[in-house]
Amino acid sequence: MSGDGQRHGHETQVPHATLRGYLTGFVLSVILTAIPFWLVMGGGLDNNTTIAVILGLGAAQIVVHMVYFLHMDAQAEGGWTLMSFLFTATLILIVLAGSIWIMYHLHKNTHAVPTPVETRNMP
Amino acid sequence: MSEVTANAEQPAFYLREEHHPENGTMLGFWLYLMSDSLIFAILFATYAVLGTSYAGGPGPTELFDLPLVAVNTSLLLLSSITYGFVMIEMQHRRLNLMLLWLTVTGVLGAGFVAIELNEFAHLIAEGAGPGRSAFLSSFFTLVGTHGLHVSFGILWLVTLIVQLKRCGINEAMRRRVACLSLFWHFLDIVWIGVFTFVYLMGVLR
Repeated sequence: MSGDGQRHGHETQVPHATLRGYLTGFVLSVILTAIPFWLVMGGGLDNNTTIAVILGLGAAQIVVHMVYFLHMDAQAEGGWTLMSFLFTATLILIVLAGSIWIMYHLHKNTHAVPTPVETRNMP
Repeated sequence: MSEVTANAEQPAFYLREEHHPENGTMLGFWLYLMSDSLIFAILFATYAVLGTSYAGGPGPTELFDLPLVAVNTSLLLLSSITYGFVMIEMQHRRLNLMLLWLTVTGVLGAGFVAIELNEFAHLIAEGAGPGRSAFLSSFFTLVGTHGLHVSFGILWLVTLIVQLKRCGINEAMRRRVACLSLFWHFLDIVWIGVFTFVYLMGVLR
């Protein structure tokens, strides 16, 4: 806590926003939103490529929003903002990837649940 | 700390002034957003697992209206930049412009909620309500939770407009406006996940 932190005292430290920053973020977001919609509504790529591209662009847009709109950086709140974010991101990754992975395998291994009639006719 | 004790005649073991952690509210609110994103992560995971269980009912291709989703996405994105203008006017301490941009943000947000409610009403009228299939249950829960967040954001925004008119731009108001800024941009980030993962990928499947 030196210099900068002392000077502001108890005043809320709202990150300094600039018009330029917001406009950059906005233009990038518009581009990163328009491409996926255009790809899905009229693009000629095959499905798997399109899914990979729109997921990538979605992730990129999330980063753009965090940097330009949420003003995230490694120094904010003595690093606690970033630390709590990384912790949450790890949890989200575990929850999402874990659920999809496990349930996909469960689905694949049990997808042909026999009906009672079929069970009766089983050898 | 060490300077204080060194200069005092007797060592001071407590602070006479009440000690507020610097900027504690902002960090606390950030932690709330992190926990809120866990809620959304769970709803996204649920949708990922149940999103293809149609129970013989209609799927995303028949139900989703992408041009409408594009309009909705634009409204929310525009409201993000207009809230950015609120923050910039607050730095310049221009109350009237702040109120103007807050109102514009609120109107855009209300447009978003109105379109979403309209979409829900259409789906339910077509017999594709949340009770129809596991896919629709998880869809309504995820998108509805986001819509509910936006609605509460609008309520908060209206409260801020009233408070700003009453007390002007003081320290407490700056903190509240900054918290809503985080909340509002956070909801836009969740919406990126929704339109990519639910709507666009749903139509592709």
